[in-house]
Amino acid sequence: MTDLLALYTEMSIIRGTEKAAQDLFLAGLVKGTTHLAAGHEAVAVGASAALRPDDYVFATYRGHHHAIARGASPEACLAELMSRSTGLCKAKGGSMHLTYAEGNMLGSYAIVGSHLPMAAGAAWSAMLRGTGQIAVAFFGDGATNIGAFHEALNLAAVWRLPVVFVCENNLYMEYTPIGSVTAVANPAADRASAYALPAKVIDGNDVVVVHDEMAEAADRARTGGGPTVLEALTYRHFGHSRTDPAKYRPEDEVREWLARDPLLVARARLAALGVPESTVEEADAEAARIVAAAVSAAKAAPEADLGEALVDVWADGGAAWRN
Amino acid sequence: MAELSTITYREAVAEGIAREMRRDPTVVCLGEDIGAAEGVFKTTVGLFAEFGPRRVWDTPISEQAIVGAAMGAAMTGLRPVAEIMFSDFLACCWDYLANEIPKVRYMTGGQVTVPLVVRTANGGGLGFGAQHSQAVENWAFTVPGLKIAAPSTPADVIGLMASAIRSDDPVVVFEHKGLFASKGPTAPPDHVVPLGEAAVPRPGEDVTIVALASTVPIALAAAETLATENISAEVVDLRCLVPLDIAAVLASVGRTSRLVIVEENPYQGGWGGTVASIVADEGFESLDAPIRRVAAACVPLPFADALEDQVIPSAATVADVVRRLAAY
Repeated sequence: MTDLLALYTEMSIIRGTEKAAQDLFLAGLVKGTTHLAAGHEAVAVGASAALRPDDYVFATYRGHHHAIARGASPEACLAELMSRSTGLCKAKGGSMHLTYAEGNMLGSYAIVGSHLPMAAGAAWSAMLRGTGQIAVAFFGDGATNIGAFHEALNLAAVWRLPVVFVCENNLYMEYTPIGSVTAVANPAADRASAYALPAKVIDGNDVVVVHDEMAEAADRARTGGGPTVLEALTYRHFGHSRTDPAKYRPEDEVREWLARDPLLVARARLAALGVPESTVEEADAEAARIVAAAVSAAKAAPEADLGEALVDVWADGGAAWRN
Repeated sequence: MAELSTITYREAVAEGIAREMRRDPTVVCLGEDIGAAEGVFKTTVGLFAEFGPRRVWDTPISEQAIVGAAMGAAMTGLRPVAEIMFSDFLACCWDYLANEIPKVRYMTGGQVTVPLVVRTANGGGLGFGAQHSQAVENWAFTVPGLKIAAPSTPADVIGLMASAIRSDDPVVVFEHKGLFASKGPTAPPDHVVPLGEAAVPRPGEDVTIVALASTVPIALAAAETLATENISAEVVDLRCLVPLDIAAVLASVGRTSRLVIVEENPYQGGWGGTVASIVADEGFESLDAPIRRVAAACVPLPFADALEDQVIPSAATVADVVRRLAAY
């Protein structure tokens, strides 16, 4: 296992960034909506640690954690949410479309399931170019009931593509329990057999488990073994989106999952490894400093550059549709 | 230079793709029945034989997977050419054409490019009924971020295919089903028709007829008839909807002062409405008569030949409209 303390610190940075996003929203500095990934940190951090830096990652509108796990700075992410010119997407994407192409994190897509075929395509491209890269699509449990999920799994299986499909199953499709709208118990993993793909339901709140399972799936993909479906069980600490207080979740369930907070799980593992409590607290303090600096820098950054509105439709930077 | 041989529009599609596949190893094709079967319209004949299964990929009937995978591949170093068999089926993967492909460069602040081609058999005339005959170029025209080519001749098929595949932007190429059997001179080697350059296949003085793809031969036939009546019609073949060569239209209207727009897509929401609005706005001083649009009736395409003919613009209808406009 790579440095667990480093993974813990990264999760702590993501948690802090998500909390900051929430606070900034309440302060009126973030507009639109947000879909926070607090609670999902272990999926992004564990998986990313098992990937090569040049592997491709595709995420959803709940994707802040994936952008940061692939190297985007909390400052650029928060600046994007705050419509600042220094935002990750120059304030043209917003919370739902965080993208960090430099880290081959090729986008956050807000049409449910749409990015699974894209990940298959990136994997196809890597295979044809012989680069040894793989692609990973992270998606929610809700995406398993849309056609693109099924089309992507079948195509990836038939073409034996180097792709890993990772479902972040947080038990709720927006406001509705996923079990009440899905014919099988495990919405992603139970569908995999229909496409002759290996699948596993894993603890998505244990960064070590996610890392190890992703390492195995990535290795299978990279060595010609084709796609894998991983279903990582996890839980949102906030509602579906900004306007959702998530009152529909039973209190016992919430309590149970908060006790299995991915940061607490990682802390227990660190303690078991003999890492002193003070070292972990230092990591949290370091994460807090990084997030605080990011918030200050984002707040101080200039508003969106008005010149951006009519550029970058086309590859040449322009937007002309007629002469 | 030796006289160029003739080629069908159908053969020109495969020829245009093959030329680009020879010059650029990152060009790959995917679609239903395009490999060993060589396409249901025989528009990919010879590609599988020449380039093999690593460059020409048969897909399941999964339009979302086809176009979505093309998008992922285009963002990561390939130039995919995806076939959607009938343009009506674009509705099955419309998310990719409306929400994903045209938006991703813009919404990421220019971090990615999507150099892909979606080619599709468009339009009526073959009696395939309502779900396999619609001209839907106006669907794509509603979406900022897509380039749109719709050739009317075999040479333009080759030249526009070259530009579309070489483009770093997404291009939808509408191949017209009714033109597949038509013949014309083939294109010389390295023939490239830039996107957004209209052609004037027939110059004239009295009326401008703006046409696209299947309506170009219709407009030319109408112009031929009208010539016998001493009405000189100029035919402008737009060749692309985006970029739109409106300068060519305005220049022509500047000479003729009368404009008829002929579209195969329905009148309701058809691309001619945009052309008309620009000419009304920017070319008003040139006009001596109202702008007329001849488009398909606002109904689904009926099956029977005789009914289909009632719905789609014909040379006779166009000639009649031009005749009345010339006398205005």
